[in-house]
This record gives sequence, structure tokens and C-alpha cells, in this order.
Amino acid sequence: MTTTPATPRDALLAHARRLLMERSVPGRIGASIPPLDVPPQEAPPTHLMRDDLPLPEVSEAEVVRYFSTLSQMNFSVDTNFYPLGSCTMKYNPKINEEAAALPGFSALHPLQPEETVQGALKLLWRLQTYLAEITGMAGCSLAPLAGAHGELAGVLMMRAYHHARGDTHRTVMLIPDSAHGTNPASAAMAGFRVVSIPSDKDGNTDLSALREACGPDLAGLMITLPSTLGLFDRHIVEVCDIVHRAGGLVYGDGANMNALLGRVKIGQLGFDVCHLNLHKTFSTPHGGGGPGAGPVCVAQRLLPFLPTPVVQRRDVDGREVYTFTRPSQSIGRLGAFQGNFGVLVRAYTYIRALGAPGLRQVSEDAVLSANYILARLRPLFHLPYERHCMHEVVFSARRQKASGIKALDIAKRLLDFGIHPPTMYFPLIVDEALMIEPTETEGKETLDYFIEVMHRIAREAEENPEVLRSAPHTTPVGRLDEARAARQPDLRWKPTP
Amino acid sequence: MTTFAHPYLPLTPQQRQEMLQAIGVASAEELFADIPPAYRNPPLHLPPPLAEMDLRRELEALANENITPTSYACFLGAGAYRRYIPSIVRALTSRGEFLTSYTPYQPEVAQGTLQATYEFQSMVCLLTGMEVANAGMYDGATALAEAALMACRVTGRTHIALLDTLNPRYREVVETYTRPQALTVATVPVSAPQVDERTACLIAQWPNFFGYLEDLERLAQVAHARGALLVVSADPLACALFKPPGHYGADIVTGECQGLGVPLSFGGPYVGLFTCRERYLRQMPGRVVGKTVDAQGRIGYVLTLQTREQHIRRERATSNICTSQALIATAVAIYLAALGKQGLRTVAELVWHKAHYAARLVSAIPGYRLPLQGVFFQEFVVQCPIAPAEINRRLLQRRIIGGLDISPLIPNGMLVCVTEMNTRQEIESFAHALAEVAQQAPARHGG
Repeated sequence: MTTTPATPRDALLAHARRLLMERSVPGRIGASIPPLDVPPQEAPPTHLMRDDLPLPEVSEAEVVRYFSTLSQMNFSVDTNFYPLGSCTMKYNPKINEEAAALPGFSALHPLQPEETVQGALKLLWRLQTYLAEITGMAGCSLAPLAGAHGELAGVLMMRAYHHARGDTHRTVMLIPDSAHGTNPASAAMAGFRVVSIPSDKDGNTDLSALREACGPDLAGLMITLPSTLGLFDRHIVEVCDIVHRAGGLVYGDGANMNALLGRVKIGQLGFDVCHLNLHKTFSTPHGGGGPGAGPVCVAQRLLPFLPTPVVQRRDVDGREVYTFTRPSQSIGRLGAFQGNFGVLVRAYTYIRALGAPGLRQVSEDAVLSANYILARLRPLFHLPYERHCMHEVVFSARRQKASGIKALDIAKRLLDFGIHPPTMYFPLIVDEALMIEPTETEGKETLDYFIEVMHRIAREAEENPEVLRSAPHTTPVGRLDEARAARQPDLRWKPTP
Repeated sequence: MTTFAHPYLPLTPQQRQEMLQAIGVASAEELFADIPPAYRNPPLHLPPPLAEMDLRRELEALANENITPTSYACFLGAGAYRRYIPSIVRALTSRGEFLTSYTPYQPEVAQGTLQATYEFQSMVCLLTGMEVANAGMYDGATALAEAALMACRVTGRTHIALLDTLNPRYREVVETYTRPQALTVATVPVSAPQVDERTACLIAQWPNFFGYLEDLERLAQVAHARGALLVVSADPLACALFKPPGHYGADIVTGECQGLGVPLSFGGPYVGLFTCRERYLRQMPGRVVGKTVDAQGRIGYVLTLQTREQHIRRERATSNICTSQALIATAVAIYLAALGKQGLRTVAELVWHKAHYAARLVSAIPGYRLPLQGVFFQEFVVQCPIAPAEINRRLLQRRIIGGLDISPLIPNGMLVCVTEMNTRQEIESFAHALAEVAQQAPARHGG
């Protein structure tokens, strides 16, 4: 050992964080394997065989202790308030997990004959129907495996629609400057040229800029509603109308749907296609960054282009029969099988637990909580748009910046109080942005604790800025050297030479 | 004012009132005033809410309408594999701290997810014999599609050559991803794979869709001779028994990790692996976790090389992929840690012997033959005396889910998969049943 950790706590941490390969002891195994129960067959040809398999050798208890210790180094919804804007970190009901783990779901092979999986298909068909109802759309495919995957499906459908009509010259995708970074990336993957549309002074789409951008090469517009500013675009009906009159289609990024459940159906506003982030709005756990699910819902004219497969219900001799079908002009297959079924089961379970009155209450409480935080923090932090917000509120730390404190410092200080920071520096159009999304699953006591901590941090920014700049103080590691990580990439364990 | 008491919704009517007062509005409806009145509060037709007890009953009923490979013997593979999952995998991934955390944007409070991902990246590299790996893709098919796009970026070429032994579903996904970017995708025969100066990559599956090992040494030579990359979609379990693609000079290796501790779950969520040579690192899509230090020199992990990613590069990103299937990657890391060096090799050996035993029994039945030559691992093709669809219908009556019908690719072909979960008795019953159903008179009304 080259260096001795300074304190017992550092020694403990260093011990706990040794990698699996550093824990490996030849001869150990962490799983029991049954003996061969068939007559041994001829071995594979020697020249094809691997001679060494460098994997760790650890006992079962060691694996359990190692990963349990690691888990304790995470903030999570189960352990902490997590008001991370645009991510909708709501409570994840435990029944959802049990539902997905039922052997009748989790053990199904994706290629089983359809007559052996009627229960699973029925669940998928119902979920498709519920999501179309919630969005006010004509149909839905559950195939996309994540939100960004759903975006890709959406823009591919827009492309396929124009091409089917011979409009191959429609190559421009308009994207407001408040959009998620995945929107332009998805549009580019689908072969579109991206043109940015500014927001007006109230945070709505700038209509004159939009009109000007709508030329003969317009394919469509990708818009997030409510926007990443946490605002409902007051011009939305007109926005859809302008795009449609120019021959374009309107894509809705459904990442912020939690604000709209039962309050408005975006299909009725004129949207042609949207994706939903089931892990956000419909409470499936985010898992440290996946798995998600990003179903796409479409208006009538895009039904033939949905990604394959879609579940169909038919009546056969008075019996309901469910089958997978491929829409006639489908954009094709997006993944090996039929979507993230385990995630879809969880979302289905959530919708059934709440029903229409519950979902409506969800959006009301989410919006109420965000506006409560807005009202209570407005005296201390700059509010770029003087309006009620939807499910999230975006403040700017520019008042604090005057005394040398950045949004980042505020975020890191929150960690000391056991609160996960808001989304920082996003959307890009707000200086020193702090985007707070409390969700509907927090009690008023938690909101009040957060507000109290933010008040204290605002005070510290003036009286003791150093405590903010050096934060966090209570986490397993302090601020990490991200520049070094990028300059000298160390991405895997390697044997010491 | 609406009130709906529910265990997921902690605010009480009294508290809502207090909050409305603090905001300075009379009712929550005012907060939705930006929605045009004509569109506000539309009727929402959903079934009524269920209490947890009734909800559980309904879900159990739906689950019980399915036939599971636990109650039937199952010989399906083709990209999704029944494999024993040690109890610790679910126990550990069910911990709320892993399950309900978000993408590790605040590394100080996400060291658990980050270090687990670093372990995943490390073990994936060790298995495949490759130099660098990312934190995971949606699944094996999308990983391969992204590899094809990356090969075009790296080489500046626009042609993609796919071997005709690739899983047709994977080919479809590659086509979906490449179609809008004016790239040419051609299927080439494995016997004589045409690769020329326009070819960005040659794509092989190993073992291939039919279960057999491609000659990666030859394919690497063919690709490299014309300056193309060799991209291999590999089965990570096969890497425990055979020399992995990295040892043959593959430039990008992708694969599906479902077979390493992840339930079949009717097709997802799974996790794709993505590895490449270090020199291509900055063209690699997806998230990457890197090791670094804090101000006091303590080791820690962060998301790194983010300048390739969509949230910074927007339309110039290497890919739009955002989520990395982190929880599933963690499950894979736990599985690989538990099985380890000896265990994974032993599982691969069990699979080898059982699959070959099954192939020996089946090929001895009159009317059945193995039409393909070569070395297979856990899957093989059987040519049947009658249509596999008909055979499968009859097998189902004997509580057996037969192999995949691949008649469109090989006349009367059935792709049979045997894993360590298939007992000797299942394998023998399967062979016995195949013999019987072939002798039966044609069933009435197609069975």
C-alpha cells in the first residue's frame, strides 16, 4: 500500500470500495451450480477454446456485502427527497415491483406462441388503450425502450409520413430552445436538419419566429409541453395550427406529462405524435438511469407508421383473442422484441391503482406543490418568468452569483441536508438555472423542510459563502475531478503490470 | 375542490388549502388557467381505481392466463435465454437505493450506481476481450445498430455489410436505424462476404442466429484487408467457453446480456453491451463511467466523456441514447461477480453438453436431421419431416414449448435452444415427443 488513509472513516471507505477483482481469491465461488445430468459429450475443438477467463472469485456473502455497501452510497427516492427537475422522481409503489416479478410475467419467453401469452397480450392491449385515452390519440405502440427511443420512433414516423406522400423535400425539424438535448439528437438521427425556435419573454413559443421558420421544407416541430421552463405554452393551439397549415406535423415530448394527466389531452390540442416516459409519469423506478419505457401515441393519420409490434384485439367465436400485428407502413422494428414488458407491467399497475380520479389528483398535487415552492422561494431567488408554473419551477441563482455563489454550490450544499439537488444549468436559456420538481408524492412537511434549507443556504451565500463552495461535507467523496476523468479516461479495471 | 385520498398522495385537504393560501389563489383550478378553457378537464375514460388487494388479484389473474416456461418445458432461444438467476441478484437489485435512484448526475451521492457500472464495464471488457465498454445500451439489437452507425462515422464510409447468418430481427433494427441516414445495408453470404472500399463494416453474429460459431479469424481478415471494421454481435456466455471476438481482432463487439442474470420478462428490459478498441472511444455512443479522485485524493467515479452526448452536443451527438439500463447492468455485474471465473465457465460447459446431448438424440430420430455443419454452442437447427408450426402445436399439447419455427430461412427448420435449465428428463421427453408427433396422422383442422 502506497498511502495510508488519514482517518478511520477514510480507511473504512477505502476498504469498502475495493473492486471485485481486487477482492478476488483463487478458488472462491459465489453461486452453486448443479452437476451435469446428461452423459458428457465431446468437448469443443481445442483451438477454439478459451484458456483463461479473468473474472473475480468471491463468495456469495462477499457479493451481497459489497453491493449492499455500494447501494448505501446512493441517494434514492426511497431514502431522500429528490426534486430533480424534468425527471419526475415520484415515489415508486412497491406493488409495481411485485407485479412485474410474478412468474406468469417475468418467466415468459418473448417468442412464445401467442396462444400461450394471452394474459400478457391483454395487459399490453389495455395499456395501449389507456395511454391513447390519456393523450387523446388514436393509437399507441409500446415498443420503444426509453424516452429518447420513443422520440426517435416519433420523428421516424414523421419522416415516413412525408415520404409516403412524396414530400421528401420536408427535411427541417423545428425545435424550441427550451427542448431536451435528446430532441435535436433524435431529429438528427432521423436525418432531419434542426432549426432552433426562440421563446418569447413570457416563456411561450415566439410565434413570429415560428411563422418565419415554417417554409416549404418544414417537416414538423418538436415541442415539450409543459416546456422545460415548467410553463404551459399559452399559444399552443396556435402553434399547432401554424405548423399544420405549413404542412408540418407536431411532435410532443411527453416527458412532462405528469402536469397534464386528466387536465388536457394533447391529441385534442392538435399534436400528431408524442412519447411518454413511463418511468417518470407512471412511477416505474428509474434504476440509476434505466430501464425506462417510451411508448409512442399517434393521431389517426400516423397509425399506419407505428413501430412494430402493436397489439390487436379480435373477436373469435365470442372469445377475445390478442395478437401482435405489424402496422401496414410501419417504420419497422426498434428493438429485438416487443418493448420493456417489465416496465410496462409496472405502469399498468400504477394506472389501475389510481384510475381517472387518482391521475387527475396526481397532476393537481404535482402542480400545487411546485407552485407552493415557487411562492415560498420567490423572495430569495430570481424567478425568470413571473407566472404560475406547472409541475416544476425554474429559478435562477443569478442574485447569489453576484456574491460569487453558483447554482452548482447551492446544489452541492443541499447534499449535506440529505436533499438531492434540483436539475442545474438547464434549460440553457436560464442563467444559473435551478429546476425544481417536487412531484405529488411529497408531504407538505418535506416541502417545508426543503424550503427552510433553501432559505438557510441563501443566508449562507451571503454570510459564509465558503461553506457552500466547499460543499458537500457529509458524502463518501467530495467534488470529483471531472476534467481528469475525461482527460485520462480510466474506464475499467486492469491488472497491475 | 377535488379530493381523492390515496396512499401515494400524502397531501390532505387541509394542507392543500394552506398551500393555496401561500400561493395566493382560491383554488387549484386557477393554476391550470393557461390551458385554453375549451380543452381543460376533458373526460378521462379509465377503469375505476383498485385497492392494492384487488389490484393484486387482477394482476395474478392476468399472469395466470399465461403459460410459463416453468410449468412447460421450453426450447426457445433466438436472442433470449432461460438461465438460472441466483437469488442474490434480485435481492440486491431490489434495494431501493439502486432501484429508485436516478442517473448519477450528482456523483457524490451516486457512487453506488457509478461503481457498479464501472464493474459492469470492466467485466464486459474481460469477457469479450475488448479494450473499452460503455455503461450499456437498450438491448443487443440496438447496440448492434449503433455499432453500424459508429463504424460509418469512424471510417467515413457509407456501406454496411451484414452476414446472412444474422438474427433477422437484429437486421431489421439495423435497417430502422440506418435508413434515414442514407446508408446502404447489404446482406452478404457468409461463404463469400463481399467487402470493398466503400464498406464501413462487416457485421457478424457469434454464435450466429442458427447457433453456430462463425470463423472470426477469417472474417477479420476479409474486413481488414479492405479497411473495413469487423463488428461482432456476440453472446457473452459463449465468451466464457470460447476465445472471444476481441482475441480475433474485432473492432466493435456488442451483445445482449439478458442471459447473465436478467429474467426473460417477455422481451425486456434487457441490456446491450457495447465495447470497442480504445482508439474509437470518442465515437462510442452512450454513457461511460470513469474513475477519478476528489480534492482529498479519494477515489471516486463520475459520468465522463459527456462531450459526445446529446445533452451537450445536441444534434451533433454520437447518438440520442440517454438511458443506459443501469439497473439491468447492475444485475449483470452481480451475476458475473457471483458466478465468477469458475462458475461462468461451468454454466457454459453445462449448456454445451446439454445442447449437444439434445442434438444427438434429435438427429437420431428418423425424419429429423441437422442440416448445418460446424461447431454450435447452445442452439442448433433441426430439419423436421413436417412443418415446425404443426409440430409445435402438437408439442404444446404435451406441455412442451418447441423451438422457433424458421421455415422461411431453412425449409421445415426449427431453431432449438437448450440451456442449463433444461433437465435430462425434459430433453429426453422432447426427443421422444418429436418422434411421436412426426408419426401422427395429420391433425384435424390443423391441430
